[in-house]
Amino acid sequence: MESNIADKAVPAAPGGPPPDWLGRQWWGLRRNLVAKIATLPMVFTALVVFLGGTLWSIFYSFTKSKSLPVEKFVGFAQYERLFNTKRWIVSLENIAIFGICSLVFSLVIGFLLAALLDQKIRFENTFRTIFLYPFALSFIITGLVWQWILNPEFGIQQVVRSFGFEEFVFNPLRDPEIVIYGVLIAGLWQGSGLVMVLMLAGLRGIEEDIWKAARVDGIPAWKTYLIIVIPMMRPVFVTTLVLIAAGIVKVFDLVVAQTAGGPGIASEVPAKYVYDYLFARGNLGQGLAASTVMLLSVLVVLIPWMYLEFGSRRQQKHG
Amino acid sequence: MINKKQITALVASAMAFGGAAQAADVEVTHWWTSGGEAAAVKVFADSFNALGGGDRWIDGAIAGSGGVARPIIASRITGGDPMGATQLNHGRQAEDFIEAGLMLELTDVAQRENWKGFVRPSGLYDSCDYDGKIFCVPVNIHSWQWMWISLPAFQKAGVPAPKDWHEFVAAAPALRNAGIVPLALGNQSWQYGGMFDVLLVGLGGIDTWKRINIDRDADFARGSKMREVWQAFGDARELSVGSNVSEWNEATNLVITHKAGAQIMGDWAQGEFSVAGYTAGNEYDCLPGLGINEVLSTGGDAFYFPATGDADLVRAQKKMASMMVSKDVQVGFNLAKGSLPIRGDVDLSAANLCMKKGLKILDNLDNVIPSGDQLLTQDTLGQMGDLIAEFWEDTSITPAEAQERWADILASAE
Repeated sequence: MESNIADKAVPAAPGGPPPDWLGRQWWGLRRNLVAKIATLPMVFTALVVFLGGTLWSIFYSFTKSKSLPVEKFVGFAQYERLFNTKRWIVSLENIAIFGICSLVFSLVIGFLLAALLDQKIRFENTFRTIFLYPFALSFIITGLVWQWILNPEFGIQQVVRSFGFEEFVFNPLRDPEIVIYGVLIAGLWQGSGLVMVLMLAGLRGIEEDIWKAARVDGIPAWKTYLIIVIPMMRPVFVTTLVLIAAGIVKVFDLVVAQTAGGPGIASEVPAKYVYDYLFARGNLGQGLAASTVMLLSVLVVLIPWMYLEFGSRRQQKHG
Repeated sequence: MINKKQITALVASAMAFGGAAQAADVEVTHWWTSGGEAAAVKVFADSFNALGGGDRWIDGAIAGSGGVARPIIASRITGGDPMGATQLNHGRQAEDFIEAGLMLELTDVAQRENWKGFVRPSGLYDSCDYDGKIFCVPVNIHSWQWMWISLPAFQKAGVPAPKDWHEFVAAAPALRNAGIVPLALGNQSWQYGGMFDVLLVGLGGIDTWKRINIDRDADFARGSKMREVWQAFGDARELSVGSNVSEWNEATNLVITHKAGAQIMGDWAQGEFSVAGYTAGNEYDCLPGLGINEVLSTGGDAFYFPATGDADLVRAQKKMASMMVSKDVQVGFNLAKGSLPIRGDVDLSAANLCMKKGLKILDNLDNVIPSGDQLLTQDTLGQMGDLIAEFWEDTSITPAEAQERWADILASAE
């Protein structure tokens, strides 16, 4: 009803100038036109590739598609099978262990390294390069390098034994109980350098005056870090968290290169399950069901976080 | 390698397609990268390049096993970037591609050269036949059901070389005492999986195999015959403790260097013994079907030719298909590969002891089983493979438990 009143309020006179609202909309479209055109490819990509691909995946996860997609619906059968499969359960356990450990350890290691580098030490550039260098290697190379380092015949075990400790045993990649930690070591080695650099940038963003003030108040350095500096670095932590989390969900090539999911199925991860069923075993339905569960588990973590992060900020602005 | 008549025929057929035909580069993907395999591929490549006409074999070897290569090949075909020719296993995946019209039909070549008449066993021809049309070229007969034995290892242990699996298990403690790992095995899931299938058909015979793979009889899978197979697989798990290698040829090398007593592996392992300069019967021996049920599978390798719509490429693809089954190329290729030729009318006087054992088994069609790839889906085989890998590495799972879960997978197979 209100819109009717509004229409009457602005009668469109034939032959006259275009109504005011039309002009405003046109001007709104014209503003930053170049920027809008420039974002079109990304908007298109996001809609068609990301959103479209996601919907397509979810749709076909309810079918009995084999190598090629078919529209024969089977309800939740693919999901039932998925959660009755030992390998999928093992994959979920592994990603949970890998995820929590790599989140905690890479943050702790990265922050400690950054704090140490921040002590105005000599050769800071050299150390920074050394710590960051593993990040320049792909996961495939990282996996292969650590496969060799952890190989009992010529890796760490052999080196320690050659020092005289004949009984020393360190063979994580052949032990189903701890193999995922062998993968974790490689992941941390690769990823901690990046966290360190981000943290270092954050630390450098803290004004010198704050340190001086803390020193005047007689607060010890570790306490200054914990209580003042870290809360001030919140945006850096959020960025780092997102980067690490994205790395965890898609961990795949590291496992493929380092252990191929073995021994047995002990180091399988969800992404590898999806890949195997999509490409090697010709069961699209099962692979897409698994990938949908992966998406859901990401959303379960992401949505409450986004709600807290962005929801509260908006309230602050309005308040 | 190719006789003159065939060259004339090929030139004539090339002309028939039109004088303006242009030479084509045919990219061929395959996963043959070990010593003997690479030598075999070279026979194909050289023969094809020698056919003339300017067509060239562009080698697209993919390092790693079929498990690595198949997804790459499949995604290139489905993704619209097909190669000229590719090694691919027969099976449901290939059928899906054919159904979708992604593969080149070779019926005209097959009929002109009468492949149906000479391909042996006929099952190899039938697996390329889809609704009466031919879509692939069988190139060899590979069999998994072999146990390779190091004779010096048994001499060192002071026990006679075993004549079958049961004698082998009985001799294992003597091998252990002599510091020899009884059973060599690479720690990769396709290797345990293959060994399991060999134990199944070797101990259970062809009937057991049919009850599982054709009838999909889950009750039978829970029964006593399969219990025996799973028990033997559990024994194998213990006998291979200490075999810390991953590739199949590294495991074969343990047998070659007499550090291990035996290995269960397909006939391609024999290529490694020949590269080492060994002779069957002197340094090593072979037990087809574990010496109990002497049967061989005849799955083999086949080449498929993706459809591209490029007339010149199609001409070159058909030329290559014809070259692969021709008599001389078959002999040269299979001698290098250690496998058996797909036609019976070739000269194999150069065959060794084990190859002759194999040929003798193939003479009786009752001893021939089709490859498992042709019956159960990759999906089902994959689930069974996961279970077998899990069982192999987790000694807390008993053979009985694994058998029960294995039967469940079979019961749910489509």
